[in-house]
Formats: sequence, C-alpha cells, structure tokens
Amino acid sequence: MDFQYFIELFFGGLTRGSIYALIALGYTLVYGIIGLINFAHGEIYMIGAFTALLVAGLLGYLGFPAGGILIVAALAAIVWTSAYGYTMEKIAYKPLRNAPRLSPLISAIGMSTFLQNYVLLAQTPDFVPFPMLLPDIDWLLEKFNYVLGPSDFFILVVSFITMICLMLWIRYTRMGKAMRATAQNRTMAMLLGIDANHIISVTFIVGSALAALGGVLIASHMGQINFGIGFLAGMKAFTAAVLGGIGSVPGAVLGGLTLGLAESFTTGYVAGNYEDVLAFCLLILILIFRPDGILGKHQVQKV
Amino acid sequence: MKPVLEVHELTQDFGGLRALNEVCLEVGEKEIVALIGPNGAGKTTFFNCVTGIYRPTSGSINLTVNNVTHSLIGKKTHEITALGMARTFQNIRLFSQMTVLENVMVGCHSRTRAGILSALLRDRRTRREEQETVDKSYELLKTVGLERQWDETACNLPYGDQRRLEIARALATEPHMLLLDEPAAGMNPNETRDLRELIKRLRDRYDLSVLLIEHDMSMVMSLSDRIYVMEYGSPIASGTPAEIRSNPDVIKAYLGESRDA
Amino acid sequence: MKRIVHALVAAVWFMVLCSPIMGLQIQPDKSVVFLWKRLAALGVGIFFASLLWQWYFSSQRASVSLRMPAAVTSAIGLFKQKKTRRAGLGILLVFMLLIPFLPVIGSIYQISILISALIYVMLALGLNIVVGLAGQLVLGYAAFYAIGAYTYALLTTYFGFGFWICLPIGGVMTILFGLALGFPVLRLRGDYLAIVTLGFGEIVRLMLLNWVSITGGSHGISNIPKPGLFGIDMDIQQATVYLYYLCVAAVIVAIVIISRLKNSRVGLALQALREDEIASEAMGINLTRVKLAAFALSSAWAGFAGVFFAAKTSFVNPASFTFMESAMMLSMVVLGGMGSITGVTLGALILILVPEYLRAFADYRMLLFGLVMVLMMIFRPQGLITGERRKYHVTALDGKGEAA
Repeated sequence: MDFQYFIELFFGGLTRGSIYALIALGYTLVYGIIGLINFAHGEIYMIGAFTALLVAGLLGYLGFPAGGILIVAALAAIVWTSAYGYTMEKIAYKPLRNAPRLSPLISAIGMSTFLQNYVLLAQTPDFVPFPMLLPDIDWLLEKFNYVLGPSDFFILVVSFITMICLMLWIRYTRMGKAMRATAQNRTMAMLLGIDANHIISVTFIVGSALAALGGVLIASHMGQINFGIGFLAGMKAFTAAVLGGIGSVPGAVLGGLTLGLAESFTTGYVAGNYEDVLAFCLLILILIFRPDGILGKHQVQKV
Repeated sequence: MKPVLEVHELTQDFGGLRALNEVCLEVGEKEIVALIGPNGAGKTTFFNCVTGIYRPTSGSINLTVNNVTHSLIGKKTHEITALGMARTFQNIRLFSQMTVLENVMVGCHSRTRAGILSALLRDRRTRREEQETVDKSYELLKTVGLERQWDETACNLPYGDQRRLEIARALATEPHMLLLDEPAAGMNPNETRDLRELIKRLRDRYDLSVLLIEHDMSMVMSLSDRIYVMEYGSPIASGTPAEIRSNPDVIKAYLGESRDA
Repeated sequence: MKRIVHALVAAVWFMVLCSPIMGLQIQPDKSVVFLWKRLAALGVGIFFASLLWQWYFSSQRASVSLRMPAAVTSAIGLFKQKKTRRAGLGILLVFMLLIPFLPVIGSIYQISILISALIYVMLALGLNIVVGLAGQLVLGYAAFYAIGAYTYALLTTYFGFGFWICLPIGGVMTILFGLALGFPVLRLRGDYLAIVTLGFGEIVRLMLLNWVSITGGSHGISNIPKPGLFGIDMDIQQATVYLYYLCVAAVIVAIVIISRLKNSRVGLALQALREDEIASEAMGINLTRVKLAAFALSSAWAGFAGVFFAAKTSFVNPASFTFMESAMMLSMVVLGGMGSITGVTLGALILILVPEYLRAFADYRMLLFGLVMVLMMIFRPQGLITGERRKYHVTALDGKGEAA
C-alpha cells in the first residue's frame, strides 16, 4: 500500500517534471544564446495551450475525425506558437541587443504582461475546459496497476522522445553546432561566418515549439486552462532551469525532473497547500547559494 | 622607512589556472613604479587582488599609511579605498550618465560623513559639507585640466578626457597610493606627454606613490623610478629603467615582441 | 514602396499569427464563431504601426542624433526654453493650487479614484528609490505593499489600534522585511535579483492566501475601520475627504524626502551604484550599507502606501497584491523615467488616471502597461522626463559670470 503510494507520487512527479523540463529548455536555450531571462516564455506556453484548444474546437465543429484532432491541433499549436516566439524576439528583444542588461528584461516583463492580457481580452478571463484529446490506452495501463493515468503515460513518452531528439539535434546537426558555438562566444561565431540573428531566431522558435508541446500536454492532463497559467508554469520551469544550471540543456531536464519529484513528494507526504511556496523558496535559495545550479559552470566576474 | 605598498608572494588561482604566481612587489613613498608585461601576464589581475576585488589564494599585501601598516588580505574594496588606495580601470568605468563633477563627488564619498538622516534634515553642517565636496571636486578637475567640462555628462567626454576624469575621481578619495591601469591607452603622443607631466605633478603635490600598468614604453621608461616585469603570472625581472632595458629575459619576453608591433 | 510592401507583409503576418486567438471563439454550445472584423482591424493597425516602426529605425540609422520624431524633439526643445518652462511651471502651480479644492468639486467616487492615484504615486516614488536611483530591479514590490496593508488590517481588527499607530508600525514592518530580503540578495546580479524579489513577492502572497486562520485566506479581511480625527464621527463622505488630504500630505512628504535623499551624498552613491557597481566600490562606497539603505527606504514607502490602501478600501485580500501589481508599479517608473521624481509622479498619475477617465481604455489597461514597458525600452529607455539634473553652485566660479 505504502509502496504503491510512493510509486504513484514518483510517477506523478516525473510527469510534472517532464513538463517543467520541456518549458525549462526554452529558458535555458535562450539564456545560453543571448543571456536573457525570457520572462514571457511562460506566456508562450499558455498561448500554445490556447491555440491547441481553439484549433481542436474548430476541427471538432467542422466534424473532423476524433483521432486526427490531437495531431493536427498539436501541430498547429507548435507552428503558431513558434511564430509567436519568433515575432516576439524580433519586436521586443532584437532592438535591445546592445542596450543595458536590464532593458531587455524589462521589455520581457512588459511582453509577458501584454500577452497575458491579449489572451484575456481576445478570449476570456475564465477557465475554459480543454478537450480530452489523448488516445484511450487503458488496456496498456492495466498491466501497470494504474499507477499511471493515460495522460501521464502519454506525457512521459512524448516529452522524453522530444528531449532526446532535441539533444541529438543540438549535438549532431549543423544548426545545433552553430547554436552551441554562438552560446560560447557570439562574436567569435559571427567572425567564423555564423549568422547570429538567424541562430537567435531559431533558438526562440525551438524554445517556443517545446513550450507549445508542453502546453498541449499539460492542458489535456489538467482539463482546463486560462490566460494566467503561464505565469506559475513559467516560474517553475525557470526554477527548474536554474536548478539544473541555466544555459545547460541536460541541466534543464535534470532540474525539471528534480523539481517535479520534489513537489510531488512534498504534496504527498508533507502539505498539499505549499507546493508553490516550495518551488519559490527553492528558486530563491538556489539563486542565492548556488546560482550556477547543478550542472552550470562558475564564471569569474570580469573587471 | 617602510614601503607604502608591500606585496609578498601573491598567488591567485582561478579553478585550475594560476593567474598570479608568487608575485612580490614594493612601492616606496613618493615613488612611481611601473608594472609591465605582455597581454595576459596577469597585471590587471594583480590590481584586482590588491584592491580587494578578487580574494587572493595566498600571499600578503600590506599598505603603510602614516607609519601604520594594514594588511589588505580579506578587506573589502571600499575599506581598502578608505585606507588610502585608489585606482583607475583599464576599460574606463566612469559613471557615464552622471556629470563630470558628480563623478568626482562620488569619489569624495569615503571622506565625507552625511548619512540618511542628515540628508533629510539638510542642516547647516550637511549643507556645508556638500558645498565643500563640490568645491573640492572642482579643484580636482582643475588639477587634471577638466574644469571647463565640469557640467558635461561623463560619457560625452573624449576618450583622453575620460581617462583624466578617472584619475581625478580616484584622487578625490584622498589616496596615498594610486594605481593606474593603462592610463595612456588610446591617447595620442601629445596627450601621453601631458599625462606624464600630470602624473609627476600629482605625485609631488599630493605626496603620492604611484603604481601603473602601461604598454607605452617611452612613457614607462621616462616616468618610472623602478619597473617590474611579469610574464604568465610570474615576475621575471625588476629594476630601474636602464636595468630593465638591458635585461636579456625582458628583451626576450617583452620588448622582442613589441618590436614588430 | 519597399516599406509599403514590408508593412503589408507584416500586416498579413500578424493577421495569420493572431488568427486563432483573435479570430476564433468557442461558444458554450461548442460552435465556433469567426471574428473577421477583429482580424481586419488588426491588419490595418499593424500596417500603419509597421510603417512607423520602419521609419523610426531607418531614420535612426541615417543619423544617430535623431533619437525621436521631430515633433516630439521640438516640443521638448520648446519645453527647455525658459519662457515655456515658466508657463509649464505656471500650469503646474495652478494644478497644485487646485489639489486642496478637488474634493469640493468632485464626487465621492472621483475622490476615491484620486486617492488610489495618490497611493500609486507613493508606491512609484518608493520603487523609484531602489529601481530608478540604485538600479536594482525589484519585481516583488507588491509584497511590501501587502505587508503594509495587512499590518493595518490585522492590527485594527485584532487589537483595535488606530491609524496613526499603525502607520509607523506598517513602515517599520516593511523596513524589517526589506532588510530581511535585502541582506541575502546583496551579491546577486541584476537579473537574478529581479527573479529572487519576484519569488519573494509570490511567497508573501501565497502565505497570505494559505494562512487562513489569521489572514482569512482568499476572503481577506473586511470592515477595516477608516482613520479617525480626534474621535470625531465622520460619515463616509467626510472620511474619504479626510483620507484624501492625508494622502496629499503623504505624497508631498514623500516627494520632499525622496528628492532630498536623491540630492544627498547617499543619493549620489546610489546613482553611482546604478551606473557601475565595481567602480562605486572602488570609490569607497560600502555596497552593503548603501544597498540595504535603498531597500529599507524603498520598502518603507510601500508599507505606508499599503496602510493608506487598507484604510481606503476597508478590505484587503491577496488578489490585490499579485505580480501584475508589481509589474504595474514598475511600468510607472519606466514610463516616467528611472530616477526622475517628477517623471515617476507623472508616470503614476498618467497610468492610473488616463484609463480611469477614458473608459474606453479601462479594459485595456494592463495590455497598455505591458506595451508601455516594451515600447519605452525600445524608443525611450530614459523615460518621459529626462535631464532632471541638479544644479551645483561652485564657489570658485562666483563672479566669473559663467553659466551653469
């Protein structure tokens, strides 16, 4: 019984954590390339969930077969959200490339406020139900004694495949290599003929696509969304990114999973109300005592 | 007579990298000493250790002011400044959005008292202290020849003036020991000559000891009483300009390089 | 021509981009409505915005000095001339003279709007100390505001303390919290500091939300008494007018204190800190002390503002102290001009009163706040009011007839 409970919490934490990791990757990629905390990243995730909801609603209204809705809606969410990420970078961050360090951060905070209220005004301030899009795989779960819900299972599989693909992409493709080079030394990369603007755009597109995927997955898991879900999810994903060492891709995954498990066990064994407090406390403590995270590298201050 | 600044076997490691390796250096009273060496030799790191920005791995740093010797190890930058050591920066670090006069006034911070309460009350003493700060700062600007630009915004000054403003700002802390990090960088030969005269004049007027990092060899040779040479974080030679000029190690490590530059 | 094509492309791009979220809406009966008009309006808006955007950046490239549209530059040039400045000061003076009489003219509703505008002026001025002067980006300022408000709410409802006792206690409480937050974050880099303070703000809000036995959780605390005057019974109208005068007085005190602070030795050190931390340390500034002073002074004003807020609404709950609130205060500082006292006061008044009096804007308020922050950073990072520079009197220049 107790072991069963533990396993449930464990998988619950893993599910949560993999979503955090998906979003955290966006933070870490952008931070690695341009050193900016993309404050509006949580909103990008929220827009991903909304786009999927609307597209799924439209397809359902048009009488599209149920099986295809998930795939089409998820793809639409990914495409549109990437476009949002791309556009946001062009408007709010690119003109500030050479501005003082805090300027793009303030701009990002403004963007975050803007996008939240954009969805609030264009859609609704209330929670809206998210359609159950995930396929029914009960036959498979019976074998696992139902420690995993269907959506948990799906989230775990999809996010892990995505993360592995991302890591392979960064490691082995031309674009991935160019990205790593730009992250290490932008000036040098540019001298070697890498188009930094292009790389930055790609980074935002990839980060947004991952966030959109996270948005679709978590929205079908929770069953409802509103314009404000991006803030908390964004903060937690940022915590995950910092926990793992911001700028480090494996760090973001590790941080996400760690945070997910920590939250799951605290809610399960200690107190249910304080999981968000836990995340924020963790965030503050890491930033103060170990700002380089688990896998980050320490940097000497230049004078 | 104790030297003003006395550094003994100073070592600084960054991770696995040894940036400074047992560096020893002395600057006597009213002496102008130059620290030279190729780029990356650890000269600026040395300054950062001495001024408390980095915490050295081992070694000792002593500053003697009015016959009292203070160990600088473990002291914070602002405490070191208050003891009587001031510096300028290689990549100019002015308060660029503030006026020229305000930059120097900030330098007076450690020699003035007014706290928050007196700021709110603005009593007679606070106002007098403030007026003294303004006048003293203006005098210092006059000393370095920037009095006409006193109300300009610092970032609008030409490069050479910015370097001199950094010196004025450092002087405002009333130092006994002045560290100059490449003061002539980016200056034309005329400006460099003026700078050399300025440094000598300041030394005489304020009884300063000066330690400077510089790449301009003619300036180093004509200005300094003694020279230390560093390479790869280690001291390789020291002596008078004449001795350094004829030292084979130095020629190999440093001057040999600069010949084709 | 090329620009028009560009603008057309941008318009189409945004119309496609916004097509799901702006163009689709799902009705409760699961049917979907298309909102073509909205998308078309967006397209037209983007077309012109894009033209402006291109024009701005091309003119900026052509000449570095042309930072602003010519009309604005000349307007500011006009302002800089002595005559117009005097006229401007005259208008300001008339406005100032009007302040005491506003309650006589306005309705109780308008007075209470003015009170909240004044409370925001107080908040913006306080935030300006730490963000504008010292350059430390604090994103959890609403937490201090909340602490002030709850201090008043709890002390009056549980212990029956009066307003005048609670006001200093509120200030002291927030100072203590400000120091408690300030101390561990001293060494943090700018963007990490922003995130830590944001986390602090959220923790305070979540604690208020979850500590139901004392704070009432999401229901908050209601029936908070209004401040009294020597035990005189006042009806709601009189009490509001009284509170209005208190707020006016508090804002005047805040302006005097903060401008004195700004022009003092400590204020100069704070501004140096904003420009370059390492250089200010090398100039003998004790970073720890100066930063903590900035945190403490800044949070005290949020505490006072919180007490006034609780006294005004006689109801507090955690929903009034979300991150959006902190973002709003930040946008006031950003709009007005970091460090400028006139600017920040103006910024707060504009951002509160304009949406309030132009009802059409009211819904779009937060949207505009967000937009203000982005656009200000791009086009005018120094804020509306700049060049608010102190005049120094140099004794040596006396009699030489040299202009400052």
